[in-house]
Amino acid sequence: MRATNAKPDLLVVLGAGQPVTGHRPWPRFVVTVETWNALLAGLAKGAWTLLGLWGEPGMVHLAVHEFETGAPGIASLPCPTGEFPSVGRWHPPAQRLERAVADLVGLQPVAGPDLRPWLDHGRWPLRHPLGSPTAPAEALPPYPFLPTEGESLHQIPVGPVHAGIIEPGHFRFTANGEAVVRLEERLGYVHKGIESLLNGATLERAARLVGRVSGDSTVAYALAFARAVEAATATEIPARAHWLRALMAELERLANHCGDIGAICNDAAFALMLAHCAVLRERVLRASVACFGHRLLMDCVIPGGVAVDLPADGVPILRALLAEMRRAFPPLVELYDNTASLQDRTANTGTLDPALVQQFGCGGVIGRAAGRAFDARREPGYPPYDQLEFEVPVRRESDVNARVWIRIREVEQSLALIEELLERLPSGPVQGALNQPGRLVEGMALVEGFRGDILLWLRLAADGTVARCHPRDPSWFQWPLLEAAIEGNIVADFPLCNKSFNCSYSGHDL
Amino acid sequence: MRKLLLQNGWRSPLTLPAPAPSEAALAELGAEVDRAARRRLGRSLAIREVDAGSCNGCELEIHALNNAFHDLERFGFHFVASPRHADVLLVTGPVTVNMREALERTYAATPDPKWVVAVGDCGRDGGVFAGGYACVGGVAEVIPVDLHIPGCPPNPMQLLEGLLALLQVVQ
Ligand code: SF4
Repeated sequence: MRATNAKPDLLVVLGAGQPVTGHRPWPRFVVTVETWNALLAGLAKGAWTLLGLWGEPGMVHLAVHEFETGAPGIASLPCPTGEFPSVGRWHPPAQRLERAVADLVGLQPVAGPDLRPWLDHGRWPLRHPLGSPTAPAEALPPYPFLPTEGESLHQIPVGPVHAGIIEPGHFRFTANGEAVVRLEERLGYVHKGIESLLNGATLERAARLVGRVSGDSTVAYALAFARAVEAATATEIPARAHWLRALMAELERLANHCGDIGAICNDAAFALMLAHCAVLRERVLRASVACFGHRLLMDCVIPGGVAVDLPADGVPILRALLAEMRRAFPPLVELYDNTASLQDRTANTGTLDPALVQQFGCGGVIGRAAGRAFDARREPGYPPYDQLEFEVPVRRESDVNARVWIRIREVEQSLALIEELLERLPSGPVQGALNQPGRLVEGMALVEGFRGDILLWLRLAADGTVARCHPRDPSWFQWPLLEAAIEGNIVADFPLCNKSFNCSYSGHDL
Repeated sequence: MRKLLLQNGWRSPLTLPAPAPSEAALAELGAEVDRAARRRLGRSLAIREVDAGSCNGCELEIHALNNAFHDLERFGFHFVASPRHADVLLVTGPVTVNMREALERTYAATPDPKWVVAVGDCGRDGGVFAGGYACVGGVAEVIPVDLHIPGCPPNPMQLLEGLLALLQVVQ
């Protein structure tokens, strides 16, 4: 592997490759193995953050972000032999992603540290659905969980069907008495093959599909898709559409954070908070349906703008919501702050090493509770947030308590943002016509959902249908850290830790 | 905390009036449930929710059934942690191939008499996810379904209307 300078400039390293024309807004380069390896060295050194890793027949793509200069870029490595140098070998956050590439596309990471299948449970009627699909020649062997050895260790398998109303996944705990020695996750149960369904889809159908990658983040996903399409087709949309999108995105953040704050407290057996927070969440959803026709705002953001304008009574409805939230939320914050028995459960529980958070480029509440201030609304940023005043709250304790407080502060920020959006909402149309691509074009977007940054990359065919689309959920870089956060905690605190993360199964499994 | 609890004592409840049972659901449920089963169940039904591949949108609305506006428990429904304690399986999602066996096993673990309610457009026929290699498509492809509550996702009132129809038939 080639050594790189102390502070390598991402675009300089990438620039050794062939730039791909028609890729917007950030560049993509077809690179050689040497450049690929230089990128891996930079990732391993912590010079850049991994944004995504995905494949298509004969080619693997690596999206990397350089902070401060705010420049993401993509390196694409041709894989004529069906192999690529493992990224996970040098940079652990890539391990599950490259296992997924191997499952879905059939491209193998050479010298990968973990070559077990990830999304493929050996049940699909075919292998490598995004590569050259073949019928499975033989059944996959039973999934080899990591071995644990030691006296007095015992294992607790949980899931995929859990006790609560939550998504399915399997957790394998190894415990020593009460203390968790290791948690190993096994995911992929809700893999729906969305990327394969997206191939060849019309924009309209693709927008509906992407809006259902993770239902709780439907606005953020639809926004990422729309922004990537608009980037690819070099389409400008009307100002009002940007502002309404932000309004919807903040309503989504508000609803989810309220729900999560209540649910975390409920997992510490403090049901009163859940009852009150669930009412607040419901109020947001009722205002959403009154304004935009859908409680979760599904299919409201579309390429070219938004599907529905805010009706005449929308502003007073949302102002009433703000007033009610501002009346009801502070006493709940006070209640949380003043209930020692609750804090006893949340403080110093599920603590993460901030260095790990940095290394994984872990976004959202989890990152910001561990000192990582990244917020895609700021960097690289997108309209209308560049014209809005808001704070990105950060804490350093990196425990369940810090994650609750970040959510509390973000609720307050979202309320202020909604107020500002309503005050300064530009008038005018809410949709614009998309430019016709006329040839292959590519686009990408990075959008801040309530859970963290969503990356979406796509290629449109000349007729405007989707040739390839890859949405990357923030959970990819959060799930692995849950394994780290629970270590040394008692088994009974797992629900609390898990809820404080609230990763998406559906968004991850895709 | 005391103040908050006291205030709740004076305020009028947020709970919305019960909707009428859904006509469509009653028609689908149709058949009489046998008397013995009815006696055993009394006025209460235990629900086990199974996500068989949903986008998690349906789960959000099922959660909302428990909030103060909808208060599902006033009708005698409650969510239980194990299929062994359940009378009703509330199943969401297009049934992914990877969840098929877990769903079958959950059904097998649920004691008779039992009812299966397929929630959402996905639960009906796979919804937007139908047709791929990774989804079976519709809960009824895997286990017998008594009632469908379509929608993407169905809102809590639609869920309530369906569940109340089920309750009416069971009682
Ligand atoms: S019906 Fe709609 S909301 Fe429910 S799981 Fe399917 S896509 Fe998600």
